[in-house]
Amino acid sequence: MENLWQGLIKALQLIISLDPEVIQIAGRSLWIAATSCILATIVCLPLGSIIHFNKFYGKRLLINILQTLYSVPTVAVGLFVFVFISRAGPLGSLGIMFTPIAVIIGQVILITPVITGLTVSALSGVDKGIAETAVSLGANRLQKMILVLREARYAIISAVIMGFSRAVSEVGLSLMIGGNIKGFTRTITTAISLETSKGNLELSLALGMILIFLALLVNIAFNQLQHR
Amino acid sequence: MTLINVTKLTKEYDGQCILKEIDLKIERGEAFALIGPTGTGKTTLIRLLDLLEEPTSGNIHFDGIDVTHNKQQRFEVRRRLSLVQQKPIVFDMSVYDNIACGLKWRNEKSNVIEQKINNALALVGMNEYQARNAKTLSGGETQRVAIARALVTEPEVMFLDEPTANLDPNTTLKIEEILANIKQEKKTALVMATHDMSQGQRLANRIGVLLDNRVMQVGSPNDIFCLPQSLDVAEFIGIENILPGVVTERDSELLTVKVNSHSLQVVSHRMVGEKVYVLIRPEDITFAFSKEKSSARNSLDGTIKRMTPLGTLVRIEIDCGFPLLGVVTRNSAEELEFKIGKRINASFKATAIHLIERWY
Ligand SMILES: Nc1ncnc2c1ncn2[C@@H]1O[C@H](COP(=O)(O)OP(=O)(O)O)[C@@H](O)[C@H]1O
Ligand SMILES: [Mg+2]
Repeated sequence: MENLWQGLIKALQLIISLDPEVIQIAGRSLWIAATSCILATIVCLPLGSIIHFNKFYGKRLLINILQTLYSVPTVAVGLFVFVFISRAGPLGSLGIMFTPIAVIIGQVILITPVITGLTVSALSGVDKGIAETAVSLGANRLQKMILVLREARYAIISAVIMGFSRAVSEVGLSLMIGGNIKGFTRTITTAISLETSKGNLELSLALGMILIFLALLVNIAFNQLQHR
Repeated sequence: MTLINVTKLTKEYDGQCILKEIDLKIERGEAFALIGPTGTGKTTLIRLLDLLEEPTSGNIHFDGIDVTHNKQQRFEVRRRLSLVQQKPIVFDMSVYDNIACGLKWRNEKSNVIEQKINNALALVGMNEYQARNAKTLSGGETQRVAIARALVTEPEVMFLDEPTANLDPNTTLKIEEILANIKQEKKTALVMATHDMSQGQRLANRIGVLLDNRVMQVGSPNDIFCLPQSLDVAEFIGIENILPGVVTERDSELLTVKVNSHSLQVVSHRMVGEKVYVLIRPEDITFAFSKEKSSARNSLDGTIKRMTPLGTLVRIEIDCGFPLLGVVTRNSAEELEFKIGKRINASFKATAIHLIERWY
């Protein structure tokens, strides 16, 4: 108990004094996850729209598969990417193993099902009458789709936030294909797992607090937006 | 050229026939009301005409263009139409942006858009509301925004599905006033569905009666309400005295029709021996205690069976061999001391009776 208390105080000191290492790690976590999230969103919004606005054979099944993949283990995605980008793999010549690029590729794959699936749900949640009203007012197909996306905006933003949260909080994938290289691929989660095993609780706690604080910040910003 | 020409239009849902071989013409600029009880397919017909749904069979021509199935043509023609749904849906944006949608989608310039929206808002009396989020409006306000939104694109036909069904009487009055103004000021044809016959009568130049999935009769309000052509229409428009009879004599236009043991004088064109239904509107019957000298050719004596107050009126049912319904004002009912069981005389003119064919 004493240990934990002292650890917390030291952690706060690290944060308040803007310890360069802590800031650097937190910053890296943030930009890697943000990049993954943006890239995934660019793919997922059109993909989710295509799935929602079209009738095709196996649509229900595809949505079920996506939903199952929400909870795919991060290490499974890590392993999958590992096989591709390791020296002997088909993309081995790119030499991206243990780089932030590898981590971003992994995270994009990890969160694509979540953002796509939740985008489909968000669009299905829009009153069917919206699309029909748009059509009756003379919207073409694209104009109708944009309007429905706009009506679903809050649910879609929350889908993107879910994706971001998953990316920023995963650890298995970053460890496997990022390698937790200090000053290069070390992120909040990989640092926590390493420092904790080394007994360096203060740093772990400080990073953990920052992670929770970030999550809080994102949620508050989202709520503000929704209630505007 | 006829603006909308519908031939043998049929719509089925899951093998169940909702509309059966509808033939209908809508002319440029007219006000047409589609009346009929709930569940007869008014909404379905409007959705077919607005090209939101495709018919199972039959054809729709708009301004000479076949728009029954061709996707591109349906899209282009749809931009010349508009619809105010029974429960209008507004988008989660300001009133102004809601109304702007149709114009933006047609690539109008923003200064033109502003001008048109201001005019449309003025017509429905909603100028002060333009910055409000449309989702926060009341039912009547939403209806007015939906009308402005449908009108702003200057459609050739504006469809309105039960424009006042969910509104209180005051708001209904306001909406009807707006529609009457549109009818007067705009070249837009109005096609409205309503289960409220009197609304159809107030707002339309022509009425179509939809019963049993068919258009049973189309005509002027006067035709429909005074000269129904079938028993179904007569019952739907509320003619309460419908008596089976047979034409027994004919003297040019003056017929004698036998109903039970009574002979009624009717002005009409029917052959001797024809089986008919005799239709008499309650308000065309005059009651008195004794046969009065009047121009009414028909006079029947009967006993008062029932008296039902109806606001300032009293509905009186007498038995004169068959039940006959009439109305008198409350005042005259009191003055004349009408009571159940009293004998009174009912008279009505030969021209107050309308005959329709009877098959059995
Ligand atoms: N999409 C649909 N699927 C199946 N049945 C429908 C559908 N739309 C309407 N119907 C049926 O068609 C009939 C006519 O409905 P509707 O056109 O709404 O009548 P109205 O507007 O005159 O009240 C009803 O029996 C209704 O249940
Ligand atoms: Mg309806």
